[in-house]
Amino acid sequence: MVKQIKTDMVDLSINFGGIKAPNPFWLASAPPTNSGYQIMKAFEAGWGGAVWKTLGVPVVNVSSRYGSVNYRNTRMMGFNNIELITDRPLADNLREIEEVKKYFPDHAVIASLMVESRAEWEQIIKDVENAGADGIELNFGCPHGMCERGMGSAVGQEPEVLKTIVGWVKEAANIPVITKLTPNISEIIYPGLAAVQGGTDSISLINTIKSIVGIDLDTYAPYPIVDGKGTNGGYCGPAVKPIAMNMLKDLAQHPEISKVPLSGIGGIETWRDVVEFILLGATSVQVCTAVMHYGFGIVREMEAGLRQFMEEKNYTTIYDFAGKALPNVTEWKHLNLKHKVVAEINADKCIGCDLCYIACDDGAHQAIALSDDISNRIPSIIEENCVGCNLCSLVCPVEDCITMVKRDDGTENLTWHERTLNDDIPVTFDDDRAGGKGHFVPTPADALKPKR
Amino acid sequence: MAQYKRPTTEAEFKKNFKQKKPLMNDTEAYYESSRCLFCYDAPCIQACPTHIDIPLFIKQIHTDNITGASKTIFDSNWLGNACGIVCPTGVLCEGACVYNHQDVPPIQIGRLQNYATHKTIDAGKEIFEAGTPNGKRIAVIGAGPAGIACACEARTLGYSVDLFEAKDKPTGLTVHGIAPYKITNEEVLKEVDYLQNQLGFKIKYNSEIDSKTQLEGLESDYDAVFIGVGLGKTRELKLEGEDKEGVIGAVEFIEELRMKQHKVKVPAKVVVIGGGNTAMDAASEAARMGARKTVLAYRNAKEYMGAYGFEYELAISAGVDSLFNVTPIAIVGNGKAEGVKFAKTELVDGKLQTNMMNTFIVRCDMVIKATGQAKQGHLYELIDGLNIDKKTRIKINDEFQTSNPMYFAGGDAINGGAEVVNAAYDGKMAAQGIHNWLNK
Repeated sequence: MVKQIKTDMVDLSINFGGIKAPNPFWLASAPPTNSGYQIMKAFEAGWGGAVWKTLGVPVVNVSSRYGSVNYRNTRMMGFNNIELITDRPLADNLREIEEVKKYFPDHAVIASLMVESRAEWEQIIKDVENAGADGIELNFGCPHGMCERGMGSAVGQEPEVLKTIVGWVKEAANIPVITKLTPNISEIIYPGLAAVQGGTDSISLINTIKSIVGIDLDTYAPYPIVDGKGTNGGYCGPAVKPIAMNMLKDLAQHPEISKVPLSGIGGIETWRDVVEFILLGATSVQVCTAVMHYGFGIVREMEAGLRQFMEEKNYTTIYDFAGKALPNVTEWKHLNLKHKVVAEINADKCIGCDLCYIACDDGAHQAIALSDDISNRIPSIIEENCVGCNLCSLVCPVEDCITMVKRDDGTENLTWHERTLNDDIPVTFDDDRAGGKGHFVPTPADALKPKR
Repeated sequence: MAQYKRPTTEAEFKKNFKQKKPLMNDTEAYYESSRCLFCYDAPCIQACPTHIDIPLFIKQIHTDNITGASKTIFDSNWLGNACGIVCPTGVLCEGACVYNHQDVPPIQIGRLQNYATHKTIDAGKEIFEAGTPNGKRIAVIGAGPAGIACACEARTLGYSVDLFEAKDKPTGLTVHGIAPYKITNEEVLKEVDYLQNQLGFKIKYNSEIDSKTQLEGLESDYDAVFIGVGLGKTRELKLEGEDKEGVIGAVEFIEELRMKQHKVKVPAKVVVIGGGNTAMDAASEAARMGARKTVLAYRNAKEYMGAYGFEYELAISAGVDSLFNVTPIAIVGNGKAEGVKFAKTELVDGKLQTNMMNTFIVRCDMVIKATGQAKQGHLYELIDGLNIDKKTRIKINDEFQTSNPMYFAGGDAINGGAEVVNAAYDGKMAAQGIHNWLNK
């Protein structure tokens, strides 16, 4: 019997830098949080918090606002938008915040804000506090439209400016402040540190990535097309998750930045995504694209999966496992050079597509051979050539058909870092200590020989 | 078990003969094409008699390059559209799909192929060009799949091509002999129009070549002749009472059905004699035409039938009954067929023996003989020095050239009766053979 804690022992509630919520599933500031109607519907469906679509200066939106990247049979693997902050009157939004809080006093309603001058910041903070918002999120991330007016990512890209504005906000605000960062920078540490130094209570990331999702091949205009022209949009959806997780890790591993809670955003759609973000140090997650694709009901799968994971792993709160993957994310130089895996093909499961063969032969290390018998399509691993790169197991369409098997006995551990310290690193290309030396490669002319 | 009402209108006929492989819509094609793994040295290509680069055209469909997909298909098979529908894909490309080894349904290659080519044909998109005229002429006997493929290929090589067709429509059995639930006449004829409009070969209809004089004419007017004739009439069974009214050959029955559709009247009880694919088709069709009882009678055991398993299942699902180990010994009836007298058979030491002591009569109003077609031996005899084998099949070399160097051959004439796709391949290859020979 596998020990498992009881369902009612799992407590999903969080206190995120002073903002309490019944669970860590929040809606990101975006079209799904454009109105009180949507947010009430979301809370009813199971979401624990919502960051209101950014309030700020008056704007005008364009018609045709979203574009998407479809991959194979998957729609909206990546998604972008050129929509601006809310175009609804501020008074309407404030009234609706108040109404939502009346119905859902225990849920987190966070006002995303974006204005320019200090006076404007002070005024709008007062407004949302009066409306009953539980917190503020500073939109320093929007990479289209608003940045052209000196707001959004224009702020997120200038750590000093960011720090100043966070300072203004913190002086004026009585409710917790989340600073939302843009990924459109070369190093996330700088704005992250600036936000912490400015006094932010917490950080959320990532906002969308500057993107062009496609070009129309008849009109030569980028999607989404507005009367024959387009502009860069903000990219999000499942495609951006790896980028978001890496930036989250950078902040979570930083000694100073990691003192504030981090809210993870970027391509989160399933319970697995949620758990991965939490393992990398997030203690709330924000979702947009998945809701724009499937509606608020998608939270059912996230919550059920997260609970199941916690029950199986004996966690009662998300803080029990938040950041648990961080010690295992290290620099390349600390990886064990003595570790050795090779691919193994399960002939019973193999269906003979030979994708592993061609992927390895054309795209990797020529370590897979076809059978000489033309009727036998099951390839074999040339173990002495296999560098354990994983490519074959990644392209194999059959579950668990190609596995990577450990070949070292686990007793040795030697890293590049250690070798450097020991002055034991290759210094010339023909140095015997160099990795690729003596590794098999076919001669160039072998490329022209028949393969079977 | 299905029970079909006798179709009396075109709509009812269409309902009873609902297409087994209906045209895919854009969404279905998008999702289905996304499933292709793009196998290395793909087994589906190897299994296709014309070696179409299937993973390539599927990828092209998925990236909405429908014209490119059609080019890939027609590059290998001039009757790519018809073949997508009528090929026994389950035993060819789709049967070879690696998904079968994973108990996952194989890619619907045939329907995807038809999706691409149908779209291109429907749009009238021109993708072929005749070659620069080389001043040489090729005569093609028979505008069936082999003949049309030969004509198309020869036109791209710059030859002027005339086809001589005995009937008033092209494509041979594709339009006359394939079950109506497999392909519509319109679908078949549109493809030929499409090819003809771009490549400009000439088809002379109602122009059977059956005399020495005609052949001599071809020999003097043309540089090479391609023999693409199909098979002939249903073979005589030499049974007592075979000449009675209501006894018909399967090929003739199916042809009438294809041409006259709901206007054909099939009586209440039908016996179909045979165990090949044509027998299955004829039985299915009789049932779909509203016969109350259709009995399929095969002389040996079920496992020895020549028909594909899926064809037999299709007949059974249409409501056909079957009798095995029975051989017809007479057609009984007063002037018209009223029944078939059968004798039981059994395998003795590997040989099928008829037990004349054990006979019985199956009552019926119609007897369909699906017991093979005669070969066109009379034509072959008229050609000087033409070698044929014991089964009256024309012998050819690797270049599809016959023993009379001026004559080339392909399709049923050399294989004794196979699929449309085999004929399409032969025709194309024969044109290349002719080209090589004339340019030696």
